[in-house]
Amino acid sequence: MESTVQEKIAGSEEAIGRPTRYWRFFRRYPILPLIVVIAIIISAVFAPILAPHDPLVGNLRDQDRPPFWQAESPISGKEGLMTFPLGTDPLGRDILSRIIWGARFSMIIAGIVIVTGAIGGTFLGMVAGYFGGLLDEALMRLVDLTLGVPFILVALATVVVFGASITLVISLLILFSWSGFARQVRAETLRLRTADYVLQARIAGASPTRIIARHIVPGVTNTVMVIASLNIGQLILTEATLSFLGVGIPKPNPAWGSMVADGRAYIDTSYWIALFPGIAIFLVSFAFNFLGDWIRDRLDPKLRQL
Amino acid sequence: MKQLILKRLVASVIVLLMASVLVFALSRASGDPRNLFLSEYTTAEQWEQWGRDFGLDKPYPIQYLTWLKGAIRLDFGKSVKEQIPATIVVRRKIWPTVQLAAGAYFFAIIVGVPLGVLSATKRGTLLDLLARSFALGGQAMPGFWLGIMLILIFSVRFGLLPVGGRDSAASLVLPSITLGWFAAAALLRLTRSAMLEVLDSEYVKLARAKGVSENLIIWKHAFRNAIMVPLTFAGLFLTALLTGAVVTETVFAWPGLGRLAIQSVFGTDFPVMSAIVLFATAGYLFVNLVVDILYGILDPRIRHAE
Repeated sequence: MESTVQEKIAGSEEAIGRPTRYWRFFRRYPILPLIVVIAIIISAVFAPILAPHDPLVGNLRDQDRPPFWQAESPISGKEGLMTFPLGTDPLGRDILSRIIWGARFSMIIAGIVIVTGAIGGTFLGMVAGYFGGLLDEALMRLVDLTLGVPFILVALATVVVFGASITLVISLLILFSWSGFARQVRAETLRLRTADYVLQARIAGASPTRIIARHIVPGVTNTVMVIASLNIGQLILTEATLSFLGVGIPKPNPAWGSMVADGRAYIDTSYWIALFPGIAIFLVSFAFNFLGDWIRDRLDPKLRQL
Repeated sequence: MKQLILKRLVASVIVLLMASVLVFALSRASGDPRNLFLSEYTTAEQWEQWGRDFGLDKPYPIQYLTWLKGAIRLDFGKSVKEQIPATIVVRRKIWPTVQLAAGAYFFAIIVGVPLGVLSATKRGTLLDLLARSFALGGQAMPGFWLGIMLILIFSVRFGLLPVGGRDSAASLVLPSITLGWFAAAALLRLTRSAMLEVLDSEYVKLARAKGVSENLIIWKHAFRNAIMVPLTFAGLFLTALLTGAVVTETVFAWPGLGRLAIQSVFGTDFPVMSAIVLFATAGYLFVNLVVDILYGILDPRIRHAE
């Protein structure tokens, strides 16, 4: 009897046919987003080897070249060349090389910020949730503040006052990203605090440090992983927005956001300057969002509303 | 319930005070405010006189309290650029941003809600896949880039719509799409999950068992529940509005609050900047408070808690 059922299932799968099975594989595992993320990490790590040209120094002879498939640029009259596959900007810098180097900046910043924000936010969230009281109250108001204040404006003002630098951008993004972790981890800690095993550890005389390290941390790890993976895409977008507004990664460093800003002035003649860096931002952010969704469904489906 | 509101109200005031400290610190960190208001032809006596008049010879805490006293009465001082009270400068720009926000939300509803319903009722089809890709992709879309690409397509290539400014109804179209894109994606997602939940409920199953037609089930039984989604999402949209407006209004030269904010920051016009940041924070806190109270009224479980 059982074998017939299994045969039926196997048969029905056979009936669906091969394309569907590939289709299912693609649907079950985020293959395409994974490829994008791996590609971007590879370009970030191997930028000096992969980039065909110097991202900072251009050759004015090659200024305003269109992408390779385009025969002639309407203004410069130059044809696209395979040596500059995505064209060049008005300073003759290769767009592709700048995008590859931009990946390095984007990934380094996103990596540092997400790790620091996750560790800091998790620590503060656990402390607030476990000890409660005035400390908890103060920390939660701080969370409210970071969520309530228009971040972009405060970041802009800070950069205008102190001058643009990569360190400042990273610090600002950390200040902005820890609160999401703290809030969720605190809620999780409040729940774990009254769990039987934590109460018993307490009765057994375990110190708060030990309880947090041995019993709370493992309980919130999944949540932290999920929030981190969901936040990376947003973080990349925010960094790009700051760079677009001219207060992110200082020029002439190749940041995707500032490349789009540069291309804006030439949009009626040289569309490729703004088009390709924007596609890079979109693809990477999209891929991370997709992976984040997938990781959440795997690790912690109850966080769905995030 | 009353206690809950009171507690939240106190918390909101604390957060607002923290924001005011932040804004004040930023404005003082940029240097002596006299540098902004007085020209290089000022004599030493005038300089001292001005300092005494505005209490700049007093320690920072006293200066802060003086400033706060004004801020509570919505007096943020004169705009450096326009030499009229900052509140008036801000008030003039509210209406264009309200128009833009309305346009954006209208776009988000006409795109997000129908696609969400379709995606839920045609679950698993190509249409569903496309709609879900849009939902995920919309959240990864850099707003500044989307705006530039819309200009490239509709203004530069086809000459259909104006590049920027606020001259006619047509100039509202592209900025609304840019600002509303993210909201449309979010609405699609929320509508879809709300519809799926209802379509899976017992009463829909009963209706199906009774032989009610599928159309009637979708529009009469299911959609009526999903119609709450745009209303509940409006709060979230409002809290994220200013950040979106900053980017959109920069790209399209839309004369609203976002552009004013950017201009005030880059022009170190701190009275105007302080007013905008504090208004935005207050708006965020207010919307959240209202949402919490509404939930409390609608959901007895929250009302009777604590």
